[in-house]
Amino acid sequence: MNAASVVDVRGLSVRFASDRGEIEAVDAASFDVREGEILGLVGESGSGKTVTATAILRLIRKPGRQTGGSILFDGRDLARIPEDELQQIRGAKIAMISQTPRTSLNPLITVGRQVARLFQLHAGLSAADSRKRALEMLTLVGIPEPERRARQYAHQFSGGMCQRVMIAMALTTSPRLLIADEPTTGLDVSTAARILDLLRDLGARTGASILLITHDLGVVATTCQRVAVMHAGQVVEIAPVRSLFRQPAHPYTRALVRSIPRIDREIVMEPVPGSVPSLLNPPAGCRYAGRCPWVEDRCRREKPAMTPVAPEHFVACFAVEDGRAAAV
Amino acid sequence: MPPLCEVAGLKTHFPLRGPAAWLRALKDGKPPVVRAVDGVSFTLDPGETVGLVGESGCGKSTVARTLVRLVPPTAGSIRFDGEEISTLSDSGFNKVRPDLQMVFQDPTASLNPRLSVRRMVGEPLKLHTRLSPAERRERTDAVLEEVGLGADLADRYAHELSGGQRQRVNIARALVTNPRLLVLDEPTSALDVSLRARVILLLEELRQRHGLSYLFISHDLATVRYLASRVAVMYLGVIVEEAPAGELFDHPTHPYTRALLAAVPVPDPDAPRDPFVLSGEIPSPIDIPAGCRLRARCPMAQPVCAEPVPWREVAPGHFAACHLV
Amino acid sequence: MADITETPIPLLRPATSTMRLVWLRIRRNWLSAIALAIIVAMILVALGADWIAPYEPDATDPDAALQSMSWHHWLGTDIYGRDLLSRIIHAARVDLTVAFGATAVALAIGSAIGAIAGHYRGLVDLVIMRCVDSVMAFPAFILAMAITAALGNSVGNVLLAIAITQIPTYLRLIRGEIFRIREMEYADAARVVGNPAWRIMFIHLLPNCLPPIIVQATLAMGYALLTMSALSFIGLGIQPPQSEWGSMTAEGAQYIVTGEWWLFLFPGLAIVIMVLAFNLVGDGLRDFLDPRMRGVR
Repeated sequence: MNAASVVDVRGLSVRFASDRGEIEAVDAASFDVREGEILGLVGESGSGKTVTATAILRLIRKPGRQTGGSILFDGRDLARIPEDELQQIRGAKIAMISQTPRTSLNPLITVGRQVARLFQLHAGLSAADSRKRALEMLTLVGIPEPERRARQYAHQFSGGMCQRVMIAMALTTSPRLLIADEPTTGLDVSTAARILDLLRDLGARTGASILLITHDLGVVATTCQRVAVMHAGQVVEIAPVRSLFRQPAHPYTRALVRSIPRIDREIVMEPVPGSVPSLLNPPAGCRYAGRCPWVEDRCRREKPAMTPVAPEHFVACFAVEDGRAAAV
Repeated sequence: MPPLCEVAGLKTHFPLRGPAAWLRALKDGKPPVVRAVDGVSFTLDPGETVGLVGESGCGKSTVARTLVRLVPPTAGSIRFDGEEISTLSDSGFNKVRPDLQMVFQDPTASLNPRLSVRRMVGEPLKLHTRLSPAERRERTDAVLEEVGLGADLADRYAHELSGGQRQRVNIARALVTNPRLLVLDEPTSALDVSLRARVILLLEELRQRHGLSYLFISHDLATVRYLASRVAVMYLGVIVEEAPAGELFDHPTHPYTRALLAAVPVPDPDAPRDPFVLSGEIPSPIDIPAGCRLRARCPMAQPVCAEPVPWREVAPGHFAACHLV
Repeated sequence: MADITETPIPLLRPATSTMRLVWLRIRRNWLSAIALAIIVAMILVALGADWIAPYEPDATDPDAALQSMSWHHWLGTDIYGRDLLSRIIHAARVDLTVAFGATAVALAIGSAIGAIAGHYRGLVDLVIMRCVDSVMAFPAFILAMAITAALGNSVGNVLLAIAITQIPTYLRLIRGEIFRIREMEYADAARVVGNPAWRIMFIHLLPNCLPPIIVQATLAMGYALLTMSALSFIGLGIQPPQSEWGSMTAEGAQYIVTGEWWLFLFPGLAIVIMVLAFNLVGDGLRDFLDPRMRGVR
């Protein structure tokens, strides 16, 4: 279980300057993605999950900046290595696919050319070889009739097919980490299911680890091995997927699990209480305090540390620590 | 009890335009049309929620837009409260509008950025009633209160509200004239998980309190299961299966429904997964195959599937359009 | 029943006051703010020309002909001994009237026709747009020249000529915006609640077209000013002795070789500064009105 980490994020903080003050989008987030696994990063919009991914690629734009923590990749801190070395890693060893595959493809170049060009660029292959490799890649990601499709343009592809092409492009350099930011948002359920099948399968086949960012607990349950739950910029719980769904420990995770309707049975649905707190000059302490049924004074003053509650299962909550929050 | 809304054989076709369409018209001898809705029938009882599900391009939103006359129907009948409304003049249809309202998918895009909440919600009253400004204001504030928005939000503009609050404003605007049927076109899909749950509960509470009927259109099958008492599944312009919600989700019979349900990720790592999948993608609604529309993608397809498909009752209240069930 | 009320989010105001935000926005766009100040100052000067100008613009003084800059005549005098500063100040009236007037006329007509094209679409749109195309096939300046030449060059006619050349811009802009906005969900929502066509156009569509139109109008004022100056420069615009920056520049140009450079420089400078100011304000407004620039960046 305890495989080596591909990327180890420790105490990552990201702030954005705004007219009204500092927005702390990510507050001391720590997690790691291990060799060959799919780690789910779950949270609602504004929870900081996409900012975290951008920080790993060091692509945070002004007025944002990383204000703390380290991102260890191959034992080196990505936040500190020079930009030209980072270029070698970004896109090659760490690749990313976004939730808008269509706009990420060049509309004026055939799909096959776009994939082939990456092989020429990164692997230095000849034109003919790279074309052959591109076709192999398109086949690998499940594009039917790859020879014909390779000669087409992005607008002739459906959303699901565009996402497959993006995945193919991301995989051309055999990355060690693939960051998938809401890769199935905006796709139909059956298309989404097949993209997730593909990601699961590729992880196993190419050995690439995947950081899967999503707001959909269903996607997490069916795709990931481990999960990190984010709330308002803080990682509140990390657990193996089964442990998380069987014994959710953090009050936010528990509420989240209860707040989604299910297709397989009738449930009583309860929304997460309160609303996402403002990240503008946030108070010290746990940011779930304002919504938490077990809140006490200490929660508002101090930030709870990640403590183990089961093997590999960590949670940042004083109520769980003290045993006040009885298991569900 | 007579149904509140009865849709029979509804077709909504859109003509294609442009040089490519002219070429096709020359080749085929008739101008090409997009058959977005191609013969849809269903009924809605008072106080009932009917779910209409399907993937993008299946025509479910066009059904919604045709019902509220954002697009004109090509053929078929829509009876509302016993009255045929598909043939009404625009001014005649305006008299029905207070009873037949719609909530749109995108809570932000469906609010006019330059009008205050109070003006937007009060607008239908201004158009359809003779209430004085003071009475309108009173009614508007009461409806806002009812959807969980305080009167202090009434003077705000859309960009000053959160996503959940915006959708509440949309619901309030649809409710202000005391409608009998609300067409809900994906009202929760643009919302975050925790807001979605609240809007779902709000809709259910409003339905019970006012005896509203909902036509709930969504691709989010779990939400449909939670809200709808009956569910109709659409594929390529037609309904392929219809059943009470529990029955449909527990015993899907049509291959399309089965594939759709199998694709929904269940938030439980130990839930059994049905490996049933369809091949290919939804074909264009211009070239619709004869016979069963799913034929080319269905792993169970037989020669008989090229014949016109019967609409059969496979269990009490459970209908499906498939040769093989 | 579970708790369905949602705690309302507080408006993001308390942390800093609105005035402070406006100040921050201005500070980020200080160049545009200066430009706006210049325009406002010029408008005030034009309005108060009678009191501000040290001399009558047409008062000749043979003893003071062709004087360079001095304490008596800050910007010098021309061959008739007229005070250049006073003439530039009075010219601001004509120049700004035409710049604002032409823009207003073009905006009104262009918006009306554009809204009609956007609303009816189909054949109406086709006919209108082909007319627009034929107007735009002429270089704008040649068209303005032709119109003033045909109608005669009074202030009103110059204004009209410039307005006509600018109508197509607004028309196309409004039409495009209406096409875009009419497909927005809020336009559909307005239809569903039963708004008649005129209310959809005037309450729901047109007000939402405004930001790009305002930006365009500001930029166009600079252009109108330039067109008028150019018309006057070649003698088709405002006629002497009425003072106007373009015709003054034309007069002054004759004296460059003989060394009376101020006659050419200062009216020209007035044109350059004002055109630049309009452009900078237009750019600033573009940022200011962009909803993405509102509130938190």
